[in-house]
Amino acid sequence: MAEPILDIRDLRKSFGALKATDGVSLDLKPGEIHALIGPNGAGKSTLIHQIAGSLQPDSGEIRFEGRDVKPLDVAARARLGMGRTFQVSSLAPEFSALRNVMLAVQARQGSSFRFFRPVMHDRRLTEPAKEALARVGLSDRADVPAAELSHGERRQLEIAIALALGAKAFLLDEPMAGMGPEGSQALTTFLDGLRAEAPILLIEHDMDAVFALADRISVLVYGRIIATGTVDEIRNHPAVREAYLGEGA
Amino acid sequence: MTRETSISILIVAGLLAAAFIAQAMGETFYITLATRMAILGLAATGLNIALGLGGLVSFGHAAFFGIGGYAAGILATHAFNSEPLLFGLPGTNQMIVIWITGAIAAALVAVLIGLISLRTSGVYFIMITLAFAQMIYYFAISWPAYGGEDGLSIYVRNAFPGTNTLAPMSFFLICFALLTLGLILFALMRDSRFGAALQAGRQNETRLAAVGIGPFRVRLAAFVISAMMTALAGALFADLNRFVSPSMFSWHMSGELIVLIILGGVGRLAGPLAGAIVYVLFEFALGGITEHWQFFLGLILLAVVLFARGGVMGLLAGRARHG
Repeated sequence: MAEPILDIRDLRKSFGALKATDGVSLDLKPGEIHALIGPNGAGKSTLIHQIAGSLQPDSGEIRFEGRDVKPLDVAARARLGMGRTFQVSSLAPEFSALRNVMLAVQARQGSSFRFFRPVMHDRRLTEPAKEALARVGLSDRADVPAAELSHGERRQLEIAIALALGAKAFLLDEPMAGMGPEGSQALTTFLDGLRAEAPILLIEHDMDAVFALADRISVLVYGRIIATGTVDEIRNHPAVREAYLGEGA
Repeated sequence: MTRETSISILIVAGLLAAAFIAQAMGETFYITLATRMAILGLAATGLNIALGLGGLVSFGHAAFFGIGGYAAGILATHAFNSEPLLFGLPGTNQMIVIWITGAIAAALVAVLIGLISLRTSGVYFIMITLAFAQMIYYFAISWPAYGGEDGLSIYVRNAFPGTNTLAPMSFFLICFALLTLGLILFALMRDSRFGAALQAGRQNETRLAAVGIGPFRVRLAAFVISAMMTALAGALFADLNRFVSPSMFSWHMSGELIVLIILGGVGRLAGPLAGAIVYVLFEFALGGITEHWQFFLGLILLAVVLFARGGVMGLLAGRARHG
C-alpha cells in the first residue's frame, strides 16, 4: 500500500471541558477521496483547522508527506501543498475571480517580493490562473469581483484557487454547501476526476455526493472517529446508523 | 489607460502648471504653496502604501516625517558649523546625501517599530504606532544638542547639483520630481506581485495565508518602504521651511497625513496628492479669514466620510477597480 500523503495520529484538542478532537487518527492515501462525515458539532471543522494550521492541537501527530507539520503555520503548510477550501468562502472580495486565482499562482511560484512588473501583463500568472478558472467552469466570470459572484461561483472559485496552488492534497470543507442540485452534480463529477491529481479529504453533508465519491468514509461523532470503511461498510455499520444516518438511511 | 490613471496624471500636471503660472505672474508665494502641496502629497503617498494598499492604519508616520526632517536639520547644522558628526564624519549640505541618510534612518526605525507593531492589528496597531511616534517626539524635545523644544534652523537651504535651490521654482521642481517618482513607484508597486499580496492581505488575511503567503513579511516590507518615502518628504519639508522642530514628530502630523489620504481617497494613486492640494488650499483660503479654519476642515472631513467615501478621487474617477 502506498504511503499516505496525510497521516494523523491520536490528535487531541479540548476547549475547556469540551473534547472537540478526542484521539482522532486518520490518513489520506494517494488517489483516494476520503470523506469525513458527522453530525453538526462533531468537530469536523476543528479537525480541518488543526490540519491546515489555524489551530494548534493539544497533542498528537500530523504528518504531511512524511513530514511533521505541527510547527508550521498556515502559510507554510499551504506551501507544502495543502489546498484548503473554506466552509464559508474566504476570498479577496475586491479582486476579480482571475486575480484571486493569480494570487495562488504567484504563491506557488514563490515570488511575492517583486515590486515592479504589473501582474496583469504577466502571462506566467494569468495563463495558469485562466486555466484553473476554465477547469471549474468560471471562465466567463473571470473579471467579476469575488464579492459580486454568486454563492455557488465562490465555492467554485475556492476550488480553482486550490487547483492553481498545485495542491498535493485537497482539504475541502463542505464544498457543496449551499449549491443547487445542478451545481452539486457538476461538482461531484469534477471531484471524481480530481482524485487522480491529488487525494481529497472531503467534509460534506451532501450524502448523495459522499456516497458517490468516497473511497473511504470516516464518521466523526463527539470528536471521535467511530468508524472508517468503504461506502457499503459505513452504510451498514450499526453504530453509524444509530449515531448519524438515522432510521431512514 | 484607465480613467483613474488619466485623472491622476491630470492632477499631477495641474500642480506643475499652477507653479509655472505663478512663476509667470511673479507670485513666488503661490509657488511655495504648490511646493507644500507636493511635499505633503509625497509624505501621504508614502503613508498610502501602508494604509491604502496594506490596510495598516499607522498613526505614527510623523516619526518618519520627522526623522527625514531632522536628518536634513542635523546634517546641515554640522556642515554649517563645520563640526564633525559621528566618528569624524562631516555633516553635509547636499540634499541627495541627506535624502539617503534620512531614508535609511527611517527604514531602520521602521523595521524596529514594524517588527513589534505588525504583530497586532486594528486599534492595537494604531495605538502602538502612535506610542512609538510619541516616544520619538519626547526624545526630540529633550535633546538639547539639536534645539530641544525650539527646533533647529537651517540657515541656508541645502544644495542640489546644478541648481540654485533658493530659487522657489528650482526647489519646487526638485520636490515635484520626487513626488512624481513617488507616485510612479506607488503605481508600480500597487500593480506588482508584491502589491497583489499586500492588498490581498488587507482584504482577507486568512485567504492570503491559505495560499501560502505569510502576511507579516509582506506588511513589514510595505511599512518600511512607506516610512522611507515619508521620510524623504520630511527632509524636503525641512528644506522648504528651513526649520525643523519636534512638531514634525507630533501626533497632529500623523493625523494630518491620514486626513490627507481620507480627503483624497484611500489607496488611490493620486488620492494623497489630491488631499494635499485641497488641504493646503483650505488652509490658505480659510486660514486668511478665520484662525478656526480647522473647524471647517473638520466639517468637510465629516462630509467626505459620510457621503463621499472615496474622497476626491472617488468623486472624480469612481470606484477603485482591481483588474
